[in-house]
Amino acid sequence: MAKNETSDKPAQAPLIEPGHTYGSITDKISSVVTTRKTPISWFIGFAIAFSLLMVFLSSTAYLLMKGTGIWGINVPVSWGFAIINFVWWIGIGHAGTLISAILLLLRQEWRTSINRFAEAMTLFAVAAAGMFPLLHMGRPWLFYWLMPYPNTMAMWPQFRSPLVWDVFAVSTYATVSLLFWYVGLVPDFATLRDRVNNRGAKLVYGMLSMGWRGSAIHWYRYETAYLLLAGLATPLVVSVHTVVSFDFAMGVIPGWHATIFPPYFVAGAIYAGFAMVLTLSIPLRKVYGLEDFITMRHLQNMAKVMLATGLIVVYGYMMEIFTAWYSAGEFEEAMISNRFNGPYKWVFYSLLLCNAVAPQFIWFSKVQNSVIGIFIIAMFVNVGMWLERFIIVVTSLSQDFLPSSWDTYTGTIWDWATYAGTIGLFLTLMFLFLRLLPSISIFEMRTMVVEEDKGGKES
Amino acid sequence: MKQNNNTENKLDDLSRQIAGKQGKEYWRSLGQLAATPEFQNFVENEFPASPVDAADGINRRRFLQLMGGSIALAGLGACTRQPEEKIVPYVTAPEEIIPGEPLFFATAFTLGGYAAGVLAESHMGRPTKIEGNALHPASRGATDVFAQASILEMYDPERSQVVKRLGRISTWELFLGEIHQELEAQRLKDGAGVRVLTETVTSPTLAKQIEAFRKEFPLARWHQYEPANRDNAKAGSELAFDQTVDCRYSFDKADVILSLGADFLTDMPGSLAYCRDFSARRKPEQSNPGMNRLYMAECSPTATGSMADHRLALTSAGVTALAVAVARELGLSVTGEALQEHGDWVSALARDLAANRGRCLVIAGEQQPAEVHCLAHAMNSFLGNAGKTVIYTQPVESNPVRQVDSLKELTDDMAAGAVDVLVMLGGNPVFNAPADLDFFGKMEKVKTRVHLSTYENETSELSHWHIPQSHYLESWGDARAFDGTVSIIQPLIAPLYSSKSAYELMAGLSGQPGETGYSLVRDHWQAATSEGDFESFWRTSLHDGVVAGTALPSKSVRLNKTEFTVTGQDNGSGIEVNFRIDPCIWDGRFANNGWLQELPKPITKLTWDNAAIISPETAKELQVENGEVLRLTLSGNSVEIPVWITPGQAGGAITLAVGYGRSRVGKVGKGAGVNVYPVRQSDGLWSSAGVATEKTGATVALASTQDHGSMEGRHLVRAGGLSEFVDHPELFHEMGHDPDPELTLYPPYEYDGYSWGMAVDLNACVGCNACTIACQAENNIPVVGKEEVLNGREMHWIRIDRYFEGGVEDPEVYHQPVMCQHCENAPCEVVCPVAATTHSSEGLNEMTYNRCVGTRYCANNCPYKVRRFNFYKYADYETESLKLMRNPDVTVRFRGVMEKCTYCVQRINHARIDAKKEDRSIRDGDIVTACQQVCPADAIVFGDINDESSRIAQHKSDHRNYGILTELGVRPRTSYLAKIRNPNPEIAAA
Repeated sequence: MAKNETSDKPAQAPLIEPGHTYGSITDKISSVVTTRKTPISWFIGFAIAFSLLMVFLSSTAYLLMKGTGIWGINVPVSWGFAIINFVWWIGIGHAGTLISAILLLLRQEWRTSINRFAEAMTLFAVAAAGMFPLLHMGRPWLFYWLMPYPNTMAMWPQFRSPLVWDVFAVSTYATVSLLFWYVGLVPDFATLRDRVNNRGAKLVYGMLSMGWRGSAIHWYRYETAYLLLAGLATPLVVSVHTVVSFDFAMGVIPGWHATIFPPYFVAGAIYAGFAMVLTLSIPLRKVYGLEDFITMRHLQNMAKVMLATGLIVVYGYMMEIFTAWYSAGEFEEAMISNRFNGPYKWVFYSLLLCNAVAPQFIWFSKVQNSVIGIFIIAMFVNVGMWLERFIIVVTSLSQDFLPSSWDTYTGTIWDWATYAGTIGLFLTLMFLFLRLLPSISIFEMRTMVVEEDKGGKES
Repeated sequence: MKQNNNTENKLDDLSRQIAGKQGKEYWRSLGQLAATPEFQNFVENEFPASPVDAADGINRRRFLQLMGGSIALAGLGACTRQPEEKIVPYVTAPEEIIPGEPLFFATAFTLGGYAAGVLAESHMGRPTKIEGNALHPASRGATDVFAQASILEMYDPERSQVVKRLGRISTWELFLGEIHQELEAQRLKDGAGVRVLTETVTSPTLAKQIEAFRKEFPLARWHQYEPANRDNAKAGSELAFDQTVDCRYSFDKADVILSLGADFLTDMPGSLAYCRDFSARRKPEQSNPGMNRLYMAECSPTATGSMADHRLALTSAGVTALAVAVARELGLSVTGEALQEHGDWVSALARDLAANRGRCLVIAGEQQPAEVHCLAHAMNSFLGNAGKTVIYTQPVESNPVRQVDSLKELTDDMAAGAVDVLVMLGGNPVFNAPADLDFFGKMEKVKTRVHLSTYENETSELSHWHIPQSHYLESWGDARAFDGTVSIIQPLIAPLYSSKSAYELMAGLSGQPGETGYSLVRDHWQAATSEGDFESFWRTSLHDGVVAGTALPSKSVRLNKTEFTVTGQDNGSGIEVNFRIDPCIWDGRFANNGWLQELPKPITKLTWDNAAIISPETAKELQVENGEVLRLTLSGNSVEIPVWITPGQAGGAITLAVGYGRSRVGKVGKGAGVNVYPVRQSDGLWSSAGVATEKTGATVALASTQDHGSMEGRHLVRAGGLSEFVDHPELFHEMGHDPDPELTLYPPYEYDGYSWGMAVDLNACVGCNACTIACQAENNIPVVGKEEVLNGREMHWIRIDRYFEGGVEDPEVYHQPVMCQHCENAPCEVVCPVAATTHSSEGLNEMTYNRCVGTRYCANNCPYKVRRFNFYKYADYETESLKLMRNPDVTVRFRGVMEKCTYCVQRINHARIDAKKEDRSIRDGDIVTACQQVCPADAIVFGDINDESSRIAQHKSDHRNYGILTELGVRPRTSYLAKIRNPNPEIAAA
């Protein structure tokens, strides 16, 4: 990596600010966890997140009491916020594994400082996402019927249904992501075990570190396991959102039934995922003073990935319009016309603004070099990707084949509460993660010092 | 952790062994050490080569102990003590009752006094469903929405249950005591202060009772009033023939029909029979077109208007003027203002009528003034229709009076203080009497007010005595149909509450309090039938649901004049307001019936509300949008009512449906709609000109089940002209794309036995809604309420899609009943993750409620959007009386479960069991689905497609047969027969 950037290119921002040693890295990152003084900003953030989590709990309790009728769904639009949010969260949950696994395999070292919390983000996003398919069911207490298990009725799930594929795809993804994250954490758990003074914390970290002593064989096995898991996780990055897109693509509804959906969804997921990593890492590096580790170069790289995947997504939009025209199917054409002129046209235009127009500013180096600029664009993409799912789920259903059944959909207060609630769940887990676990991989950052040193010597 | 400690200890040991050794020896001894078993162990523990065997925590002994223990405990559980109550099995089973086998009893449902025969289905003594009685001339096997919904009224927990005096619970005996005192006092003055107010009475028994009562009290008077009266028709026949006669129509013989505002297909005595006859003439085949032609002029679009081949949207005054114009064009001498516009239309129509002498029909709507009825009689007579397509008979009503006049006499007497005892048998005059008669205000002056009613209503509130009235399914009675045929009304169940029938109340007043309804009706008929064996007459009449030979014979009448005068309606300034009986809750009596409240009105698709129906043009003039509240002022009274813009409404006319806005009603009807009776005057019962409109600025959300009226150019309802069809019968098939069923990688389903299918004839369907509500009754479909309809969550398994085509002012209206299409390649089946909706071996798309987890994926993927979801727990699990009503053959669905049309699978299985018992296969016609059974137009056909001789197989091979959305390759089993209009070429060309 370092060798490539020698002559013709202008000097790229480093992956780690100079002057760091093994010790300083370990101190810096682990101190966030080992310190007795929790910053007041953490408390404020956690309080907000926790309140939102309580909103989630109460709206879920009300939901279980009354039924899905508390949401805005109706008969043409039987899926609403729940599925929009599910896809949105799952999409967000893509960046983590992509960064950790695919970039690891591609030997993109710049991933090192962001992979840990990107993975955490993935897990928490998947956790938030997983709430929705459960809660949106009419009888959520029977969720296990979607899984193959031996029973007296000799009933299995209906394997032709994409929802069953979803169950497998998402649960596999969640399991592998968790393993991947945990395995990556083991050496750092050991570091924390050695560094914390509190007896209880020592015990917990000690147990979590599974007796890691850093022996050569440990490292050898660790590397093998990590690489294997990365190999396992890589196809999952593609498969999960492909399967999620099947929920729509396998349907007959115009606006769903499209072959472009799998690649378009995967690109969209990476797009959304990077936007969320940026959204989280920018304030994080600021608050915890981690600018040395999450450098401008990281932000720029992520912005570039966002731009690239954003362009794929825009290509998807164009292909949807093209195929509608090319197929000359009256329902497809009506669907596109409905997006541009129907009751949800403003949602669609906002989506174009957020997803197609906003990221184009990344082409400008001025924006690329501006943390605020990147942050704003990332926020646009976060919103835009939610709107995209709204357009796919709601507008397609609200006007399908028989005009007699057309109806509109609006989210109720409970739809919003549940959505906000899962943001609360996500943020609560995120804050706990920041406080209790090293948010940047300590041992991997230490390897960066060596490599950065090497780079320095050679240039 | 323990293992860790062990390894640490071992490590210490090893270190100790190494300690003290030096140099080469050290290295060599490490090599030696490597060979020691301890070291091997250490290595093995640190980096195990194979997974450690999990220690088996339970050995054989422990296992047997646990097993033995649990078996013993399980045995204990079986030792629960049995309850001590004794159960009593049937020692002698009631005759004919087989658990699970329903019985059907013939009875009759009356509305506006007129009876339609029904068969009531009884499960273990509980009436659960109303079916039409094929033997009855007014039913012909069909029923209307009201008869279907009457079963819910029967079990309505908010029905009146006890006798009340001034709002406090009292008893029938106390009532009799008090009323007898009053009547004894009246006897001294020959009953001069006694008045009986009834609704329209056609019951021979009740009429005779009232007659007998009046013999006892010669000066007592009998008044009749109900808001949906037929005064204009009576007055019209008096104008034309100097006597009151009723007409009935033979639509089967009419080739050309002109309706002057008459909604004869849904809203007229005999409309079920008319609908059957009319639609039978609208099933053309290429070889035998034989289709009738309907011209219609009306103010507000109705089901009948939607069937018209030529329709004019005119104000009521305009319809009157049109009648004049047509009569003149035919050559009659009429003084009065004729319609200036539509000259070509009128002359073409007149030529068409004249060319079909004796085979045409002019029919005037009740809402038209008497003079138009008179003119219609004249035209029919002139066209030679009398006795052919129009049959005159003696009046069906027992005592035909002009009801508004009758009520006016009563209110005048009340105002004069001449009324001491007012006995009201049913009705709700305080709510629905014409506003200018001020029935409400004059009630106060009556000393004793007695009200018999099924519900405690506005009139009960102002009465001294309220007597709960028995439902027709729990009392004896009799009534005449539109042709005079008498039906004995027999109860299916003993009264649920301490209620009385009108017969019993009259008997009570006449000093026969012990008489039961049964003895009263039976005695009447015993006295009335002189010849033959009464017992067999009685049993036959009860069994058949009709008293044979009671239809009124045709009567010849002569026009009394050749010159006609039509003063016309005040066409004056401003907007005309029209009053109509609501197609769902009638005159307000069904306001507490959830099924009817939630039934979408045929054209507007509104539920739970009435509205001021205005045309798009008038809306533009008044600058109002749907739901905006208008204040309508007429003769000093005003109402505030939201607007609903309806294509096909005549410009300059507002139509208001009466019956809504009940103030004293159960929780179902509470808050539904606006009461418009306050602006209904006795001299403008059906329409008044010059209503003042004013915007209030308020807006009300109105719950319509269909927001979008255009077909968007999709070939959902395929329609064409009769001549095009005759020339080119493949017309309808070419309108859409029907992919080859072989175009699939999957093997087709094999159907060795039955293969069910359905066809709906769009040319016959009038959009009357009977199927929707029959399905609701048959399949235990819950009511969701206005809020949920607004949320788009109505539960009807069969809905009637209504599409407009053409201009907004006077569009063509199409009705398309849509239920589950039971697709061969059902998109719902593949997406259900738990196999809750599956394909049966007979082609049904089956829904397994118990298995459904409610992902709603199937509903999303259904192109027809016929799946219904229980977003909340809509089914009422608590109300005891409603539990009795449910069809025991159909599951009551819980919250979170999807449901949809099953093709009445319970009826299929019933027929299957019957067929198996007789060791045969199911015959065509054995299975009649609920929607098919109730359809007055005979538009729905169901059966086995595999059976080539079946009606359904014939329908499927009809030229008009097509499927909707077949281009998706879903291969629906329900198909439609295309709509054909039969326009007059002269008008169509213009």
